[in-house]
Amino acid sequence: MKFSEEFEQRFAEMVTHYPTKRSALVPTLLYAQDEVGFLSDEVISELASRLALTELEVRNVISYYSMLTTKPRGKFNVQVCTNIACMLRGGEELLHHCSKKLGIGHKGTTPDGMFTLEEVECIGACSWAPAVQVNYDFHENLTTEKMDKVLDEYKKRGTQ
Amino acid sequence: MPDVNITVDGKKVTAPAGTLLIEACKSVGIEVPSFCYYPNLSLQGACRMCLVKIEKMPKLQTACTTVIGEGMIVTTDSDEIRQARKGMVELLLGNHPLDCPVCDAGGECELQDMTFSYGAAESKYIEPKNHRDEQQWSPVVYFDRPRCILCYRCVRVCGEAMDVWALGVQNRGVSSIIAPNKEDHLECEECGMCIDICPVGALTSGAYRYKTRPWEMKHVGTTCTHCADGCKTTLGVRRADAGMEIVRGDNRDKSGINNDFLCIKGRYAFDFAENPERIMTPLIRRDGRLTPATWEEAFALIGRTFREIVDTHGGSAIGVVGSNRITNEEAYLLQKFARVVLDTNNIDHHRTADFPAFAAALSGKPGLTASMRDVYNAAAMLLIGNDPTNRHPLLAYQIRNNVRLHRAKLHIVNSQEIKLRRQATSFAAIPAGGENVLAAFLAGDDAQAESLASGGMNRDAWLSWRDKLHAEPNLVVIFGSEVHGQGISALVKFAAALQGAKLICLGDYANSRGAADMGLYPDLLPGYLPIGDPGKFHEEWSAMPTAQGLDLRGMVQSAQARNLRALYVVGANPIGRFEIDPYVFSDSFVVVQEMFLTETAAIADVVLPAANAYEKAGTFTNTCGDLQQVKKAGDKTETKSDFEMIVRIADAMGFDIRHLVPFGRGVRADMGQSRGAQSGEADRHAVWLQANNLEPKLSPFDPMAILDEIQRLVPGYDVSRINLLAGNDEHTRLSACGPGAMHDPELIVPADDTLFTSGTLGRYSKTLNSVIENRQVPESEVAAD
Amino acid sequence: MAELVSHPDEIKVVTRRFGMGATNIDRYLELDGYKAVQKALAMPPDDVINLVKNSGLRGRGGAGFNTGMKWSFVPKQSPKPKYVLCNGDESEPGTCKDRLIFEHDPHSVIEGVMIAAIAVQSHAGYIYIRGEYRYLSVIMQKALQDAYARGFLGKNIFGSGYDLDIYWHGGAGAYEVGEESALMESLEGKRGIPRIRPPFPAVVGLWGGPTVINNAETLASVPHIILGGAEWYASLGTPKNGGTRLFCLSGHLNRPGVYELPMGYNLKKMIYEVGGGIPNGRSLKAVVPGGSSTPALKPEEIDVAMDFDALMKAGSMLGSGGVVVLDDTTCMVKFALRTIKFYQHESCGWCIPCREGTDWLKKTLTRFHQGAGLMKDIDNIQYLSENMLGRTFCPLGDAAAMPTIAFVKKWRKEFEDHLEGRPCPFEKEGAIEQLPVLSH
Ligand SMILES: Cc1cc2nc3c(=O)[nH]c(=O)nc-3n(C[C@H](O)[C@H](O)[C@H](O)COP(=O)(O)O)c2cc1C
Ligand code: SF4
Ligand code: FES
Repeated sequence: MKFSEEFEQRFAEMVTHYPTKRSALVPTLLYAQDEVGFLSDEVISELASRLALTELEVRNVISYYSMLTTKPRGKFNVQVCTNIACMLRGGEELLHHCSKKLGIGHKGTTPDGMFTLEEVECIGACSWAPAVQVNYDFHENLTTEKMDKVLDEYKKRGTQ
Repeated sequence: MPDVNITVDGKKVTAPAGTLLIEACKSVGIEVPSFCYYPNLSLQGACRMCLVKIEKMPKLQTACTTVIGEGMIVTTDSDEIRQARKGMVELLLGNHPLDCPVCDAGGECELQDMTFSYGAAESKYIEPKNHRDEQQWSPVVYFDRPRCILCYRCVRVCGEAMDVWALGVQNRGVSSIIAPNKEDHLECEECGMCIDICPVGALTSGAYRYKTRPWEMKHVGTTCTHCADGCKTTLGVRRADAGMEIVRGDNRDKSGINNDFLCIKGRYAFDFAENPERIMTPLIRRDGRLTPATWEEAFALIGRTFREIVDTHGGSAIGVVGSNRITNEEAYLLQKFARVVLDTNNIDHHRTADFPAFAAALSGKPGLTASMRDVYNAAAMLLIGNDPTNRHPLLAYQIRNNVRLHRAKLHIVNSQEIKLRRQATSFAAIPAGGENVLAAFLAGDDAQAESLASGGMNRDAWLSWRDKLHAEPNLVVIFGSEVHGQGISALVKFAAALQGAKLICLGDYANSRGAADMGLYPDLLPGYLPIGDPGKFHEEWSAMPTAQGLDLRGMVQSAQARNLRALYVVGANPIGRFEIDPYVFSDSFVVVQEMFLTETAAIADVVLPAANAYEKAGTFTNTCGDLQQVKKAGDKTETKSDFEMIVRIADAMGFDIRHLVPFGRGVRADMGQSRGAQSGEADRHAVWLQANNLEPKLSPFDPMAILDEIQRLVPGYDVSRINLLAGNDEHTRLSACGPGAMHDPELIVPADDTLFTSGTLGRYSKTLNSVIENRQVPESEVAAD
Repeated sequence: MAELVSHPDEIKVVTRRFGMGATNIDRYLELDGYKAVQKALAMPPDDVINLVKNSGLRGRGGAGFNTGMKWSFVPKQSPKPKYVLCNGDESEPGTCKDRLIFEHDPHSVIEGVMIAAIAVQSHAGYIYIRGEYRYLSVIMQKALQDAYARGFLGKNIFGSGYDLDIYWHGGAGAYEVGEESALMESLEGKRGIPRIRPPFPAVVGLWGGPTVINNAETLASVPHIILGGAEWYASLGTPKNGGTRLFCLSGHLNRPGVYELPMGYNLKKMIYEVGGGIPNGRSLKAVVPGGSSTPALKPEEIDVAMDFDALMKAGSMLGSGGVVVLDDTTCMVKFALRTIKFYQHESCGWCIPCREGTDWLKKTLTRFHQGAGLMKDIDNIQYLSENMLGRTFCPLGDAAAMPTIAFVKKWRKEFEDHLEGRPCPFEKEGAIEQLPVLSH
């Protein structure tokens, strides 16, 4: 199992930060997922052996955290917040808009593998609602028009 | 620990500091309900059923996580509390399928009981329940997710108590689920502890599910017939076409030395009894082929032939092979039969440990043998050789949990990296075969340190390691068959010099220790007395030969020399086990008492269908020397116990069986005389006694009559009969025996069974075979998981 | 990223360096950075604790426990190492303040952790930032590197002979992990299941060692208290509620945003003056004063001082400072549903009342809002919530139950208006059918 140099450096340093190896698990999983796209069986067994855990233990942890996934996702994960603050300012309309525009539902992925759509809980942008996170980037004070621009932006980025 | 005083529902309660409130309540008979709490497993506080009111605390508190404090004033029952518990049950039922009528746990379900006590039957919610299909996780483990109430007992018992860690919790919130270690299936030791501990019907066993309703079963607590640890297993039996069928095994009542532990064999491997290949009628060889015959024909033929051979060629022309799986009474009876009826000492059995050497070393040194219970309480343990996880599951469990719950020290010396090293304080590797050398070193022979030094540790390391052991109080020394002869004397010498040290000698099979104690040896009488010893046996028995007889090897040679005219095999398979050329016995008249057509039975002239240990009464002695009762649970009317068959053969030989079985002697059953009854009455009373497992010593087939004799004549077996009959284990005293003997270690052949094999019984157990077929990984990997 | 707002009534303490490029360590130093920690190093640890205690600083994470007091529970002698853990998991709906602190003034959090560590004589600290805040983790990791490069962290900090290490740690999406004991589990690489208490973290925490756990804003306030003094800080707020706090104004407002206002600031003023009032001339229906876990207030209840004690008296809680404003077009049933959906999705599932309770509330409210509600549902919703209240393994259950009880009690009429198959009075045609439902 091959990870990037950057990942290896971060991992090597991170495990020295804790009295127990396994403490590095959660952030390590997220960085691994960012590289591979999802947490494949291969990644799981690799990290399990590195942190002296059973694969079961690793899966138990993965399945707990909502950002971690064992299934492939689109290039861009469009996470629309519909929690109270965003809901009051049109979060749900935004979600439906994306759903129509992309032709996919919650946790669906476009056939071209470009976008995955996800309805998510509060992402800490309440005062700038409604807000969307595409992968790790925040887009705030959105309207359906602005949302279109955002999506088109990513589509361009994804295709070139 | 100092005591703490609290008040529960007005009652004064005193308990040691550190006691959990829920246990303190139990100690005065106040049951606080709980799902997730389970003694000796880690605390969860998850089910919230045990909420109680503690004065000066605003919220209700969980009794399962609260440690009692001086002066605590507790209320365990009030409207608020009942409402809280009712609410919990209602919430559980919200998503729980109400398929109780077809649920295995129906009638034995803790959720049903709670619903009953808190009257939460009416469902408040009309929402559809979250349904999931049932999954099969292994040949023995099924999981019905919607029934699961997430008490996490299974996860903890598998990890903490079994050290297998094959179950986990996945997802979160309402989609939380118990998950097996290999995505959709389990790879584990298949002990079934998770099923047994499940308070509802979420985990069910392939062996039992949908077979019967709990209340349709009769429950018989007996001793497991597989390994030599002697777990108590409570067998659920129900009527079958001919006799009684066993449908379940567990020990939920925690009434045995194994508490609620059972391994896969004790829990599920009773199914060999139902194997279609089981012999159900006597077989006689007629023109070369084994053909069905009546019992009368069979006994007549055997009686006639044996008589003839004894009269014309003498007893030395007959060999007898006993078994490690027959009861003490049968083993005793068999050697008595050989000696007084067949007039021969040509008797032996499959030896799996050097018990005679152990007896020799202990002779006259009382208090040096440990019971299975001692293992759980010892301050320190030394394990030499063997792999208990595979060959002595209960012993391994006792060791693990002694370490986990009592922080006992565990020192291991082994040529393999056995799984128990995970609990070990120290693990020393030695070359295979070095066990006797180690024993000598322990006994003070420093020169041996050199030869040990090869593996990992150097001379000084070994010396300081030994010093550590010398400092351990109440050390229990457990050794496998790798240690024998002088090695055993050395270990006993070592232990005798320590403060409160005790030993355990590990043999295989359910009654290998009993077979040895009962004198299935050509040179030793019961209690390891020399054959020539002019003692009680000679006084009490009619004439018997005093010259040492042939051991198994000797019998084979004698047969090769065409001198062995007959071979009588009871519950053993020497030809299969020792790969003896079957033609050796082509001139001998071979009689075999068996359940199945083994390699040995296949060459027999007469095969008698035998009952197994689950189908008869008597006693077993486990490898530690703990004597326990064996009770009749299953029944196949077409078979007979080895006991009865031996007696019938003696009778067919024209021997006065009163000289074989002293029935009518010793403690008498009430024959109704006390009620001034007529004889007809008496018979019915006898029937009643049988039915209640009280054996009236009226018949020559009464094992209790022999138990009387054993307790009278076999040194160390004079234990409390009351306790024994009450279902307790009684530790026998090997030190009272002896002088024992030094045998050729070549004759010792360990069974090398794994968790999933069990000699002949295992070969015919559907459950064990299906597990073996199902495995994708070698045992070692599972163990090391 | 998130743009800043300001209002004349603001008192900028924690936010004083916002927008000044203080992520740059030199800039931070120019703006009195790392002065407080050096001052603290020169003080006896107990004086630091007392100073913070007297400042009346109370936890900004939600519970509002006196911070100095919490520190004082840490045993002086401990066989196991002591730790300081900064809670930056910020996930309470309506709350987006820690995010701004990490973005604009990461060193103030580091400095706060350092001072807490010195106060309890700990030599290791962790700053836990929720996984979604990846860009803040990048900023924080850089800030930590710079601090190490200057010798502010590591061995013999500021030549004082005191060793102190501080590390970043990241989450991966779980609200419950914000709960202090679950936070420790998560940091130890496990599922975010809370721990049995007692023992409390201050005694038995991370890896069994005594652990101080504080919210990021709480810790970011500490350096200012050390420099400005306890009296000054206390005087900014109301009795027992020292200083200022970041209020996250959101919902139906003309000027939503994060404002730093003194403790005890009037809620009505906060909405109508600071927040600029309700848009499009609509009127107020409800206010969630401290994040989704706090019971909503009716318009007649909002003339209240925003401090822990006053709101407690008003039957709610100050919580995490997330002020969510609802105008008269909002359907309270739908709002209740969306709130409970969150807790159902975030419940760790450990204990029965929370796991099953949130699920059934979600199911019932969904059906109810879709017009299939029954009269008995209204009472059942309250009955169920009351069965959860105070009986769950951790406070998440209460956080789900308390607001729900308030919704039913205070807006019962709106629930009744949904009965007998009547469509939701506030929904546009057809909108309900496509109401998204979070699936797991
Ligand atoms: C379900 C739940 C979620 C919580 N989430 C957070 C959080 O995201 N951030 C936080 O600082 N505190 C959170 N808390 C409060 C913490 O448990 C803890 O009280 C707080 O971090 C202590 O710091 P403080 O005293 O500075 O407030 C949460 C509590 C609960 C019960
Ligand atoms: S450990 Fe031995 S005695 Fe106990 S159940 Fe298993 S096989 Fe039977
Ligand atoms: S038994 Fe106490 S919470 Fe389950």
